[in-house]
Amino acid sequence: MSKVRVLVGTRKGAFILTSDGKRERWEVSGPHFAGWEIYHMKGSPADPNRLFASQSSGWFGQVIQRSSDGGKTWEAPGGGVTVSPGGMPKGESNKFVYDSSPETGRPLTTHQWYDGTQHPWEFKRVWHLEPSLDDPDTVYAGVEDAALFRSTDGGQTWQELAGLRGHGTGPKWQPGAGGMCLHTILLDPSNPQRMYIAISAAGAFRSDDGGKTWKPINRGLKSQYLPDPNAEVGFCVHRIAIHRSRPDVLFMQLHGGVLRTDNAGDLWKDISGGLPSDFGFPIDVHAHEPNTIYVVPINAEAGRCPPEGKLRVYRSRTGGNEWEPLTNGLPQRDCYVNVLRDAMAVDSLDSCGVYFGTTGGQVYASADAGDNWAPIVRDLPAVLSVEVQTLP
Amino acid sequence: MIRVVLPPHLRTLARVDGEVTLEIEGQVTQRSLLDALEACYPVLRGAIRDHVTQQRRPFVRFFACEQDLSHELPDAPLPDAVSTGAEPFLVVGAIAGG
Repeated sequence: MSKVRVLVGTRKGAFILTSDGKRERWEVSGPHFAGWEIYHMKGSPADPNRLFASQSSGWFGQVIQRSSDGGKTWEAPGGGVTVSPGGMPKGESNKFVYDSSPETGRPLTTHQWYDGTQHPWEFKRVWHLEPSLDDPDTVYAGVEDAALFRSTDGGQTWQELAGLRGHGTGPKWQPGAGGMCLHTILLDPSNPQRMYIAISAAGAFRSDDGGKTWKPINRGLKSQYLPDPNAEVGFCVHRIAIHRSRPDVLFMQLHGGVLRTDNAGDLWKDISGGLPSDFGFPIDVHAHEPNTIYVVPINAEAGRCPPEGKLRVYRSRTGGNEWEPLTNGLPQRDCYVNVLRDAMAVDSLDSCGVYFGTTGGQVYASADAGDNWAPIVRDLPAVLSVEVQTLP
Repeated sequence: MIRVVLPPHLRTLARVDGEVTLEIEGQVTQRSLLDALEACYPVLRGAIRDHVTQQRRPFVRFFACEQDLSHELPDAPLPDAVSTGAEPFLVVGAIAGG
């Protein structure tokens, strides 16, 4: 019988929730890396027991952790104890250095700071890890200050794909409230050369040559804070989602707007009609219905909380503009949590499961595509990320 | 023998309990102590000092013998009591966190 494994990153550690295909009874493992912020954990599609986790701390910086047994044990690749105290370390899984070499890199230029002045690029943390679709040793990392890194040795060493940071618009990128983060990485399953990333607050970008060169794909996006209606960058994209059967169609939760593109980002159209708020963070697509999408509307101005204190997932079965609230099992009064951008995921069982975590520490699951919800756990630290693996 | 006390987060990361002990040849300074510590526990590279600049991370402090040594020069000798192992060298995550 199939199983699901839910990987939950929180402000104070990682948790792994497992269940059989019924998704009624859950085992909870954790906290792993107690006390550390776990911005993201994700499993390799090529080897589901290979997991990567981004472990960070404002005091002690960034560490990448790796598991080869589905999260039972972890190691920092290259970070183990050397045999001889005098020996040189074999590697550092926590070393993210922007590539400014003349051969492959770009000069470390500046980006826009909150006050409009220019500010140097400074590495802070890894927001998102995206394992390769076919190689368990290859994984991409989206970092703050915004840049894209890749490891081809299982997370031990990291190299920047500097063509993104250096492609030209960098000085116009600026941080959102959470920092200038590269938070979304999508790999096109039908074209290994094509990938998408998104940055707050710069926008969405596409590469058609495996990450070497990049172009902004923000036409059709609007922001009330940008004076230029045709701005190439400067958009606070919160999340992008893709369905593997239709990789040219993308769905976006923008700072203000839910949008869709049918041509790989060349043009976006608003599909937020009918939602109680066009603001929110996560967006995801049903595993088997590429036109069924999920968002969690949040009040933008009144504290970043669910409108009316009602926690509602909205589902569109028509690719947008027609939305239905999904409330059964979710709190419908006095609820003032948030759902962050990486904190929603779907499984691929026949009856698609949908999962999301809240800043109040709850992880909710629906085993019937959102019709009914129940909490798996209620009292974790604030949830930063949720990923799901469907296992044989 | 040099004794080093790590904060709980770094003990978890390095998978050690209690104090760490190091053998250092020559003069014991912040730099030689941290070099030896990172050589024994490579996962700590970048967690106490920046990878590139080798500067102490902003919220990390060093104490020994009831003195704040955080702003001492990296190559200044540490107190004799640290060099002899009579007192530990403390790595501290400064300021409180929720």
